[in-house]
Amino acid sequence: MNEKITERFPKWLWIVIPVALLLGSIAIFFATNPLEPLGVQAPPVEEVTVERTILDEDGIHLTVRVNGSEPVKIAQVLVDDAYWEFTQTPKGPLSRLSSANIDIPYPWVQHELHEIKLITSTGATFAHTIEVAEPTPVWSMQRVWAYILLGIYIGVIPVGLGLLFYPYLKTLGSKGLNFLLTLTIGLLGYLLIDTLQEGLEISQRAAGVFNGTLMVWLTTGIAFLIIFAVGRRGGQAPEGLSLSTYLAFGIGLHNLGEGLAVGAAMASGEAALGSFLVVGFTLHNLTEGIGIAVPLLDRKTGFGTFVNLTLLAGLPAAAGTLIGAFSYAPHWGAILFAIGAGAILQVMVEVGFFLNKNTRTGTWFTVPNLAGFVLGIAIMYGTALLVNV
Amino acid sequence: MSFKFSRKFFLKTGLLSGAATMLGSLFTGGRSVQSGHSDYQEERSPNKDEPHGGMTTMGQVDHKRNGFDPHKMLTDWDTGQVSTLPNGQTLREYEIVAMDKEIEIAPGIFFPAWTYNGRIPGPTIRCTEGDRIQIHFINSGSHPHTIHFHGIHSAAMDGVPATGPGMIGPAESFTYEFDALPFGCHLYHCHSTPLKRHIHKGLYGAFIVDPDPTLHPGHEQAARSRVLGTDENERWQEFLILMNGFDTNFDNENEVYAANTVAFAYQNKPIQVDRNRPVRVYLINVTEFDPINSLHLHANFFDFYDHGTTLTPTSETIDTVMMCQAQRGILEFSFEGFEPGKYMFHAHQSEFAELGWMSFFDVVDGEVSV
Repeated sequence: MNEKITERFPKWLWIVIPVALLLGSIAIFFATNPLEPLGVQAPPVEEVTVERTILDEDGIHLTVRVNGSEPVKIAQVLVDDAYWEFTQTPKGPLSRLSSANIDIPYPWVQHELHEIKLITSTGATFAHTIEVAEPTPVWSMQRVWAYILLGIYIGVIPVGLGLLFYPYLKTLGSKGLNFLLTLTIGLLGYLLIDTLQEGLEISQRAAGVFNGTLMVWLTTGIAFLIIFAVGRRGGQAPEGLSLSTYLAFGIGLHNLGEGLAVGAAMASGEAALGSFLVVGFTLHNLTEGIGIAVPLLDRKTGFGTFVNLTLLAGLPAAAGTLIGAFSYAPHWGAILFAIGAGAILQVMVEVGFFLNKNTRTGTWFTVPNLAGFVLGIAIMYGTALLVNV
Repeated sequence: MSFKFSRKFFLKTGLLSGAATMLGSLFTGGRSVQSGHSDYQEERSPNKDEPHGGMTTMGQVDHKRNGFDPHKMLTDWDTGQVSTLPNGQTLREYEIVAMDKEIEIAPGIFFPAWTYNGRIPGPTIRCTEGDRIQIHFINSGSHPHTIHFHGIHSAAMDGVPATGPGMIGPAESFTYEFDALPFGCHLYHCHSTPLKRHIHKGLYGAFIVDPDPTLHPGHEQAARSRVLGTDENERWQEFLILMNGFDTNFDNENEVYAANTVAFAYQNKPIQVDRNRPVRVYLINVTEFDPINSLHLHANFFDFYDHGTTLTPTSETIDTVMMCQAQRGILEFSFEGFEPGKYMFHAHQSEFAELGWMSFFDVVDGEVSV
């Protein structure tokens, strides 16, 4: 009976009917307000999130994103518990998820903390703290170059130096290779957790409506699946140069995130980035270079390849410092970190497969392998002590 | 269930509409100027003629919608309905209705207030020492309220819970009755529990008792100058200034401080005074949450009468007075011989000043234009 009916009408009708019913039921819902007997008459739920802060000679400039059951009206702005004049662009009530710029001609004080409070028409307040007021960098060739140089120091140079171990690593033989592979997995494990943690942390600063935590986990998972599928498109797991390239790609994304954090911290004055910190990053990221070299140990590799791998893994750090310094919306930052985490997970899995394939004894879970894994984590954790400020 | 609905609704409609905005603002300054609809931010510039140095609220409070104007409140003494009792005593009758009302306390910020007669502060009761006072109190609000007068009266007329009529429930009424004593600058407020909430929601007002000159030999002249309507009183420029605050987000801290409810009301539009006539300020502090409030007068000094219950100053030649909650007094000063211009006065807790309790006298030579 059913089949006959469905066959009698064109196929597209079975899209139109449910959609029409959906729209109809929504219309009825809004028209009749069936929730009325529940007596829902609470004041509107409001949320205002400050996504970006720019400090310059004209004062303080904020980009805010709002969410609420009704359009949010920002009535007044307080800086350090003082009502201050401001202009909002665009003017008027802000509908949910929309953003606006708030320009406050406030004489902020360099190196000091400022507390901003936005009051909506309902009297709700939303606070935003500028931990250390520093002028937001403006684009200039000199400054851009300085940030790129910083990125090269924390990304390109350490990876390049790590790859220089290649001739020595080659002398270690098959057992040594397995040890180095597990060390690489340990290193990647550290990076995975580190990157995820950064992503989750930054997602907390994003507007609540984005569901930051969920967004980070989902993006990580999807990024992993996509990169994994791309890597396996030939039907088999990547090895050798191909695996090294994925390693460099994943580590590169992680370094992008790292650069982002360093650039942002520097620009906002939260990190007094001394030469000590740069040296710390150099040591910390050197291990990444060793990891990238490992899949190449059983084959001949030209010098140009090493240069390319170095740039692939290291240069994103320079992009990161630039983006971080010139301010970005937190939800995009979180997504970047999540993609990085997905990419790292992919190389962890692939290096694992490679290790398994390379193991003739039947079990890959051996004491030297475990030692390599733990050592990989320990080196990364240990050198991270140098860069945590 | 409604939460689930709204969440899904957000995901479907919100993400789509948000995506366009987000793409546009990705890693850019995001300074796109849209032509937004605006129904309340149209006039968002502070009054450029008045001094504020950037520290001010944006826009104007709609006093009409509030139903009261802080400038008119300075002088709108309510002498009640006057009649004479058989024993010759003056009877003053007042009707005070407690009602819930949303009040715009700073431009665009709406406070769900509880009020006497729809205004904050409530009507300024002005009478003379020894008058019989009858307050017909009607509670048309949503919570039980009282009126507790700072004055001399019987326990039953004290307007506190569980004494006399106790708390007056919604749709109930009661008549408070007492003799106006002692003379001075006093206040009244709701004493229902929880007390803090009932006060900071706006249930308070001024209760000013002018001295009866015949009862104060030796100070007759000073007493007469305080009695509203006498020739001696006509010379004086008298103002009621009630210091209050509003906790708009209910975190037991005030977001707005003010003289007479509206933040920066007398900064944005200074109070005009004629420099040739003396000034008398009835000052009352009802600020909740903070232990003290204060008034500091610029470029001038005043004599102060604590509680207004004396005819000689309790402090002479001071420029700052501090008060705890419910403390009040009378300030007397003059701008005679002063250069015309704007003379600041404000709380000398800088925080309160910058949160709204900032004012100016506009001193002019001759008649003031209201």
